[in-house]
Amino acid sequence: MSHSIVILTIFVLSIFIGFEVVSKVSTTLHTPLMSGANAIHGIILFGAIMVADKSTTVLSTSLSIAAIVLATINMVGGFVVTDRMLEMFKGKGGKK
Amino acid sequence: MNNNLYALIGLAVAVSFIMALKGLSAPKTARRGNLIGAAGATLATIVVFFDPAQKVHHNTFLILGAIAFGVIVGVPAARRIQMTQMPQLVALFNGVGGGAAALVSIVEYLSLSNNSARDTASTIATVFTVVVGSVSFSGSVITFLKLQEIMTTRPVVFPGGRFVIAATLVGVLGTGVWVVNSGGNTPLAIMGVLSLLFGVLFVLPVGGADVPIVISLLNAFTGLTVAAGGYVLDSTLLIVAGTLVGASGTILTRLMAAAMGRSLFGTLFGAFTAKPQAATEAGEARPVKSGSPDDVAILLNYAQRVVIVPGFGLAVAQAQHTVRELADLLTAKGIDVAYGIHPVAGRMPGHMNVLLAEANVPYEQLVEMEEINPTFPQTDVVLVVGANDVVNPAAKTTPGCPIYGMPILDVGLAGNVIFLKRSMRPGFAGIENDLLYEPKTTLLFGDAKDSLTKVVSALKNL
Repeated sequence: MSHSIVILTIFVLSIFIGFEVVSKVSTTLHTPLMSGANAIHGIILFGAIMVADKSTTVLSTSLSIAAIVLATINMVGGFVVTDRMLEMFKGKGGKK
Repeated sequence: MNNNLYALIGLAVAVSFIMALKGLSAPKTARRGNLIGAAGATLATIVVFFDPAQKVHHNTFLILGAIAFGVIVGVPAARRIQMTQMPQLVALFNGVGGGAAALVSIVEYLSLSNNSARDTASTIATVFTVVVGSVSFSGSVITFLKLQEIMTTRPVVFPGGRFVIAATLVGVLGTGVWVVNSGGNTPLAIMGVLSLLFGVLFVLPVGGADVPIVISLLNAFTGLTVAAGGYVLDSTLLIVAGTLVGASGTILTRLMAAAMGRSLFGTLFGAFTAKPQAATEAGEARPVKSGSPDDVAILLNYAQRVVIVPGFGLAVAQAQHTVRELADLLTAKGIDVAYGIHPVAGRMPGHMNVLLAEANVPYEQLVEMEEINPTFPQTDVVLVVGANDVVNPAAKTTPGCPIYGMPILDVGLAGNVIFLKRSMRPGFAGIENDLLYEPKTTLLFGDAKDSLTKVVSALKNL
């Protein structure tokens, strides 16, 4: 099995998991869910550090450092703001 | 670090993200889910420094400094933001994520061009990442400016706009092909700039209540961008995480579009075809009945059943605590009180639920649209607090108006309707609301919080 096929398999299965985990969400949680998913794609920070780690030219280094700053804002800010939203649901033991 | 261990930690992080999304789908587990996701992301950020494929580490201190700087910017922004400004902050976070993904692919592209070791598939993935990441970035910035009301919230349509957009899109695709074929840096730069432009043009004509759908769509876009970036970097973790967000974001976007009763296509391209302000001709100086806080208090006092319909005006005025005070007062008088929650009231789906949860409104009182609509004929008074579009009958009666087809709360079926409004200015979607001119409607002008406070004290004196 070629590497590309493995990647494709992972990709397709991830699509189905993504569809499946959010298919039954009440509208109450749409905003936090969007915000939480938003924080998760902040994981591009992982990729940004990867490329920064091997950058040797000034251009590459500056671009990847900029990417790290943006990705960190996305990830950390995203999780914090989601937590703040969810804090408000605390102790309400929803019926949905 | 050992290759397998590194890959296994990546797997654990991917699983934590799945658990995070799963947890976020139910109120009880949502907070824990978010924390699991955050823990996974932190683990990934630490472990990437031990990437076994990377023998020589460059720029470690710069990297740590950049992360620290990002934290210093991101955390206070997330902590200090008002609940009302939440949607635009999410839009902004989403935009910077898309921008980061585009930059990562560009850097990888630059480093590979030095070794001439690029294969077509990863160049295509790079093109995808740069295009979609840039669109997401500039589009989100425009969304932010709209929601922050730095620029107009109305659809911006200029003559020949659709041709400009189409031409830009053709330009983006053309330069994309150029990049794949020739592989230079210049075409990539041109493509990036055109994509940024396309993002701006794509969001400008989207107006009013459709903006939340666009945020959600751009969120899904950024997820896919991250997945494509993962392909470029050959990172399974990025592929899985990005795809998860792309897929769940798409579903969420569809759910939101469904809540507004329109197809996604209609939302995004509706602004081209809709005639703006279809209902305004009739809106010249028609008489309205405006009341005092005492009138409103009397109406409420003699009702048996009251439904409160909150909207963005409630959020702006930070009136969620006052509205709960009023509801408690009415409940104490034996009046049946419920909140009618339109799925897209406010600027984001679930926006009202978040706000009212902040004010400790009992969960059982929040009733969703499908359940509350049949009860309006038995309702004596509907109190509309800073909502407009979600109760506008034009959505049913005026084909061609921007919100036509959106399900609304049928507040017109109730005995009396009270609108708390700042002014006669139409709602976010910019459409006149005929309900305001009905004889059964009473208007109380002013900031929602001030008005509610006055009604509460009037009610106490009755």
